[in-house]
Order: sequence, then C-alpha cells, then structure tokens
Amino acid sequence: MSKTSRTSISMPTTAKKDSIIEIRAIAQHDMESGFRYTESGKLIPRDIIRTFTCTYNNVEVFKADFYSGIGANPLIIFTTVAVESGTLEFTWIGDDGYEAINQARITVS
Amino acid sequence: MNKETQQRRHWLKQIRGLGLLALGLCASPLSVFAKKTDADEAIQKITGGAVAKEGKVILTIPPLVENGNLVVLKVSVDSPMTANDYVKSIHVVAEGNPLPNIFTVYLTPRSGTANITTRVRLADSQTVWAIAQMNNGSFWKGSAETLVTLSACTELV
Amino acid sequence: MKRLIPPYLLGSIFFVLATHQFIGDVNSAPPLKQSSYELMSAENKAMQDDPSLNPAMFWVGDGETLWQKKLGPKNKSCSTCHGDAKKSMRGVAAQFPKVVKGKLQTIEGQINQCRESAQSVPALPYESRDLLALTAYIAMQSKGLPITVSEDSTNTSYLKKGRQIFNERMGQLNLSCAQCHEDRAGLKLGGSLIPQGHPNAYPIYRLEWQTLGSLQRRLRNCMSGVRAQQFEYGSAEMAQLELFLMWRAQGLPLESPGVRP
Repeated sequence: MSKTSRTSISMPTTAKKDSIIEIRAIAQHDMESGFRYTESGKLIPRDIIRTFTCTYNNVEVFKADFYSGIGANPLIIFTTVAVESGTLEFTWIGDDGYEAINQARITVS
Repeated sequence: MNKETQQRRHWLKQIRGLGLLALGLCASPLSVFAKKTDADEAIQKITGGAVAKEGKVILTIPPLVENGNLVVLKVSVDSPMTANDYVKSIHVVAEGNPLPNIFTVYLTPRSGTANITTRVRLADSQTVWAIAQMNNGSFWKGSAETLVTLSACTELV
Repeated sequence: MKRLIPPYLLGSIFFVLATHQFIGDVNSAPPLKQSSYELMSAENKAMQDDPSLNPAMFWVGDGETLWQKKLGPKNKSCSTCHGDAKKSMRGVAAQFPKVVKGKLQTIEGQINQCRESAQSVPALPYESRDLLALTAYIAMQSKGLPITVSEDSTNTSYLKKGRQIFNERMGQLNLSCAQCHEDRAGLKLGGSLIPQGHPNAYPIYRLEWQTLGSLQRRLRNCMSGVRAQQFEYGSAEMAQLELFLMWRAQGLPLESPGVRP
C-alpha cells in the first residue's frame, strides 16, 4: 500500500518556443531525517522523499536525489526549455512506498 | 593579609591558564576535522578522486540563518547548456551536517540553465560545497559559509 | 568612603526610573506596533508572501476540502450553514477571540463548538491536521485585513484577566510576557531579536516546528521557555491571553497563514 501527499506545481501555462521557463515543485512531506529522537530516547527512523523526476512529453528532462538534509515540505526550483506544447509530469518517490504524481500542461507557440 | 591575597592571586592565575589551555584544546582544528573529513570523503566519491577546480559554481546561502531547519540554497553554474557544453550534475555537500550529502541534481541540454533553488537543513554554522560535473567529465566547485542561530524560545516536547 | 548620595539626587534617580517604567507600562498606548514579519530575513519573508513557496498552503488546501465535507448524523458540512467561505468567513478571524453564546471562544474553540452542536461530531484535538487545516483556511479569508478585536461590554472581564496574565511573572525564570515583549522588544535574546509578540500571522508554519501550528502551541513554547507550567490547550486562560494579545495587536493586518523562524 503506497502512501502519498499533496504536491503543488507553479509554472507558466504558455511560452514562446525555445524560451527558458522556471518550474517550482513542492511536496507536502515531513522529511523525517532519521537523526531525531523521541522523548524516551528512541531513534525515529528515516522517512524521506528520495527522488524527484520531471518528464516533458515522456522524456526525462530533470532528476533530483534528495537526502536527509533537504528541508521538510521539499521545494525544488529548476528550469527547462519550452521545446513544444504538451504535458510535463512530476514524480516524487520516497521511503515506505511513498509516491506522488502531478502534471501540468504547457502551450508553446 | 597581603601574602594570602598574593598566593590566592597566583593560584587563580594558574587556574586561568589551565582553563585557557583546555579551551584552546577544545577549539583546536582536530575536533573540526572530524566532520570535514566526512565531507571530503563524500566529495572524493563524487569526483572519483579527480580534482575539482574552483570556479564556475556559485553557491548562495544567507550568511546569517535564523533557523537551520529550512534554509534557502541556490546553486548557479556558469554554462551555455548546449549539447556540446552543459552541466551534467550538481552535488551539494555540507561539512557540518550529520550526513554530508544534501542533494544531487541531474541536468541535460534541455535544462536551459544550471540554476537550482531548494531549501535545506543546516545542523550548525558551517561551509557548504557544490560540486558540478560537466559533460566533458571535468569537475568544478564552489562554496559558501554561513552562521546558523537558534530561536531563543525553543519547544520543550 | 564619606560620599553619600544626596537624598534629592536619589529621589530624582528614582523618579526617572519610575516614569521610565510607566512609559513602558502595557496599559498605556505602545510606541509603534510592529509585526514580527519585519524582523525576518528576506528569504523567510518571501516564503510567507509567495503561495508557491509557503508550505502552509497545503493546510489551506486541506481546509478547503474539509469545509465541503459532509459529516455526522445530519450530514452537514461547514458550507451547509456558512456557504462560500470566501464570503462568509471574510473578516471573521480578525474578530476572534470573541464571546459567542456567553462563552469566550478562540477560532479553534468556535470550530469545535460548531462541530459538536451543529454537526453533532466530536471536537478536533488541538494541533491535529484537520483543526489546523480548517483554522488556516478560515484565517486566510481575513488575510490583509486589520485586527478589529476591541474592548466591549461582553469581553471586559476576560480582557482584564488576559492583561493580568500578560503582566504577571511566571515560571522558574520568573519572567512575565511584558518583560520581554513590551519592555525589551527590539533588543536581543541569544542571537534573536525579541519581537513585540503580536499574534497577527497565525496559524504559522514555524521553521522551528517544521510544520504548521497554532497560537496556543506557540504560547506554550513561550511558557516552557520560562519554565512555567503551560496552560492547557483550549483552556479559559489561553482564550483570555489570546483575547488580550489580539486586542493589543488591534489595527495590524492579519498575515495568516504566516511563516516564522
């Protein structure tokens, strides 16, 4: 049974062909580092998002590996070239079967 | 009265000297290297032993951080990002965190720029490194130093 | 050793100190109200201002969904009675805490009162995801609006109690709220600037907590900071203190949901 959470994408809906667009992707996730302890001294196991990928009409254009040092509710801002109209798909994969997917459409003229 | 005071002052000076010596030992580079070697090892793994040249990579963190739990970090690598000349990956490594690796991004000529922004955890005041690998296999590096403070009224769980 | 401070000099020193103390007294008009937003770094300010960067927006989204959720034996949602929150809840958070049906209620208290009486479902625990989400969603409808909590015939006695709590020394460190947030606001404690302590951005995404939390959670942090017995969530003392703090922050625009270090 996979767990998931809310994600949010901010990027333009239209762009000129071959212009560079900025994409902001954020996921709601505690990113439990695995370095914290409970009140009674027990180590809280790591539970983080480990990878984030962005595909553009099914072609991977960006990938990120996250480690425990990424802050809670992880945000990543990156750029991509608006080559054509289509769909960008964003996937977050993490510990304990975590998976979240979001999409955004862009019209390129 | 005078002799006693003199003796007391002499003892106090001795203790002060010992105190300063102890302090000096605490602050000696030896204790700091413990963390720095972890970061160095992580960087060596990234470059496969190759030397990363200083330059092209600009790492921006606020010089004074109010809370180390969420610090805005920007990396920008100077590159035309064309098919022949682009940044393949950027690795960010922290000298003062329990785990040195913070994140890695993989870019392509379709990325347009090698500008990345994210938010990281910084456990302590420290130096953070960004290592960029170019498509021609070369490595470049940049760093930033920051002071991390804590809120005055933290939570008692 | 024969130097004695003349009585008149002693008297005038005491007079200056006494009047200085009076100027800092919380019952007179405070010098200039300042949101702790002004004390934040540019990055943290941007995190609060930009919805695409503010993690609190996730809770607002959850709150929006919960607002529509039909619950209980009568199958009622918040929207059944209150319709579109953007219209019905506009300005509401800026008026709380207030006396509703004879009881001093905070927003969280009012949400739970609605749940128990109108929806016939159990109250939500404080700091639970759902209560924070509803509070964030409702508070956001007053974003930018000035706090309008003022003294009136219904809340006078509660306001007095709240003011007493604010000025009373507490805890092992034996400090009152006023001693830091009134007398020493703008000075430093450790590496941090002491804010005036206005509750104009709640609920907040606090970087220290790495999550969204309520004003009462923050007040409990303050109390544990001076090693005092913390007020219980949802207690009468909490509501009275909240009332006083909002009265003290009158006129400041609501920034909810805010970001704080």
